[in-house]
Amino acid sequence: MAATDTLLKVEDLRKTFGAQGGLFTRQRKAVHAVDGVSFTLRAGETLGLVGESGSGKSTLGRLILRLIDPTSGSVRLDGREVTTLKPAAVRAMRSDIQMVFQDPYGSLDPRMSIGATLAEPLKVHGLYNADSPALIRDIMLRVGLNPDHASRYPHQFSGGQRQRIGIARALTLNPKILVLDEPVSALDVSIQAQIINLLKKLQRERNLSYLFIAHDLAVVRHVSDRVAVMYLGKIVELADRDALYTRPAHPYTESLLSAVPHPDPYDDRAKTPAIAIGEIGSATQLPSGCRFHPRCFRARMLAAEGGARADIAYDPAGIAVPGLCANEDPPLRAHRAGAVACHFPDTAVLHRMPLTSLNRDH
Amino acid sequence: MTTASLQPAYVATTAAIPPPPAPQTRNPHRVLDIFGLTTAFPGDGRAITVVDEVSLWVEPGKTLAVVGESGSGKSMTFLSALGLVAAPGKVVAGKVILDGHSLTSLPASELRLLRGKVISMVFQDPLTALNPVFTIGQQLIEVIRAHESVGRREARERAVALLTRVQIPDPSRRIDDYPHQLSGGMRQRVLIAMAIALKPKVLIADEPTTALDVTVQAQILDLLADIQRETGMGVVLITHDLGLVAKYADRVAVMYAGRVVEAGTRDDIFRRAKHPYTHALFRSIPRLDSIAGEDLPAIEGAPPNVADLPPGCAFEPRCFHGGGRDDCRSIKPLSEVTDNPEHRSACLHWRTLPILVEED
Repeated sequence: MAATDTLLKVEDLRKTFGAQGGLFTRQRKAVHAVDGVSFTLRAGETLGLVGESGSGKSTLGRLILRLIDPTSGSVRLDGREVTTLKPAAVRAMRSDIQMVFQDPYGSLDPRMSIGATLAEPLKVHGLYNADSPALIRDIMLRVGLNPDHASRYPHQFSGGQRQRIGIARALTLNPKILVLDEPVSALDVSIQAQIINLLKKLQRERNLSYLFIAHDLAVVRHVSDRVAVMYLGKIVELADRDALYTRPAHPYTESLLSAVPHPDPYDDRAKTPAIAIGEIGSATQLPSGCRFHPRCFRARMLAAEGGARADIAYDPAGIAVPGLCANEDPPLRAHRAGAVACHFPDTAVLHRMPLTSLNRDH
Repeated sequence: MTTASLQPAYVATTAAIPPPPAPQTRNPHRVLDIFGLTTAFPGDGRAITVVDEVSLWVEPGKTLAVVGESGSGKSMTFLSALGLVAAPGKVVAGKVILDGHSLTSLPASELRLLRGKVISMVFQDPLTALNPVFTIGQQLIEVIRAHESVGRREARERAVALLTRVQIPDPSRRIDDYPHQLSGGMRQRVLIAMAIALKPKVLIADEPTTALDVTVQAQILDLLADIQRETGMGVVLITHDLGLVAKYADRVAVMYAGRVVEAGTRDDIFRRAKHPYTHALFRSIPRLDSIAGEDLPAIEGAPPNVADLPPGCAFEPRCFHGGGRDDCRSIKPLSEVTDNPEHRSACLHWRTLPILVEED
């Protein structure tokens, strides 16, 4: 892959919230919301970003847009460093990278007509001119809105139409990248498919790159070329879509996939019980070693099997896990064609389950 | 393609099966029986029907899934059945039999005694359903003591037992926690503990896991299924997630614009769907085994506004099957029996629907 293909390069990005203690306030614990994340996004590509709430995926999206400032690390857009830009330059950068939010109603000004909402980014960037009304009509058409409705207000539109408005607004500056933060999860099932199709159409037409943040693994699989799985502030696995969904290397990816309810009662997957892993830990109190080890079934299995890996350690809850898992934070390392942050990536258990149905598109 | 070639071979030829009789006061096979329930709100000069002649039932120990989009009336149906519709909304017709009690003819005071004890509800958002200024123990004890004359100490012991049952770690300590001290999944467990405290015969779970992560969702629903096996309570699972329906439902009702458009066993719905909306819904969702990247067969348009429904079939404007047909535009289709007596569809043209098979 040529270097010019890389549109966005994120390196060791970190964001820590809190942690300041004053004269009279108690020292607060730092929240490592994003804890050393690196990835690249190529032109025309969709990178899916999945994880539970609290995994830091939305914070990551906001860091890339400089909606919040990172604690450290680097974000390069087209080779240019974004994290050190002055406010005026940040605004200019945002014509290249735009965001679509989960709740289109919350992100639209109720007192602004749709026409005005769509014109605003152009005005803010000093790009509004005589051609702009025609451009706005064209964008409205492209996202499936009736241009004659430009004088209407957000409350006069349905949820699906409002998400189309949110997408149209993100497109007015002709960006290269859209950060889509749960763009369909607030929509009705029958509308989700419309918006997903629209996003794919726009991507084809404009060679857009998407960072698609969502918790719905089936939706992410449908739209993504590659998928990154986040857990407590770190990417724990990143791989091509089909590799990730058919041969997950990280136990967290495995358990996420096992928990997706399958809408087919006759498929064996529907009867396969989810791998129970309890609830996500807290980013204020990261466990020692691998941050996933307190929930990791693989670590328990390996400890129980003993043998060569039987350098057993006991975590605070008294559960036996391999010493490596309890003491060393595994970095994201190349594994097969992707990357995984696990000391024992080749011990996947999901492939013992019936996966034939996952491979139907091959 | 001719109509005949689309005709499924197993379709029963008896179309004119009469509608089911109104429920008897006690039917051992139906712990909750809703018949012709209709709820309306006053609108601009005319009533707006939000629940329109809905008939459903719940069998003891079984799960009925109610599927539909926002505004389809799935939550409102059960609020109506429980007498919880806020004024000026009103139940204007229908009958609800709960374990031998006719809810629609009970005074509010007696209805209140049944709610919580014989039928209880778990809602989507556990943080709003719990009172932030009381500990979870206080709230659990209140539920128990409101319905049963037990002492504080005994009520507290039962509360700890309930928290243990819903697998809250260290329950005798967590019982004194306030809701904000618990994670979303733990709060939902507390709500389930409150809902099962009085051993109800029916539990209505309204999108119980929509606010939770997928890993927690599976744990909560497996827990509910366990409790159900133990106690034999009937469960109503209100959801928009067809994956959960496939995994947990015995029977399914699909709602659209205030009406049940299709109802049947899980197999009826997943293998032999007889309503175009059900067909379209199944095809439009991405699955872990669908072909990634291709356009999804989306349902065009948006769910209708129940204040402004077309005179015929409410789904007609979005329908791939009957859309544009004169009869679909003028006749409001009644629910009728299809291939078996339990499988009903409210589509005029269900006989000519293609068989719901996945493309291979």
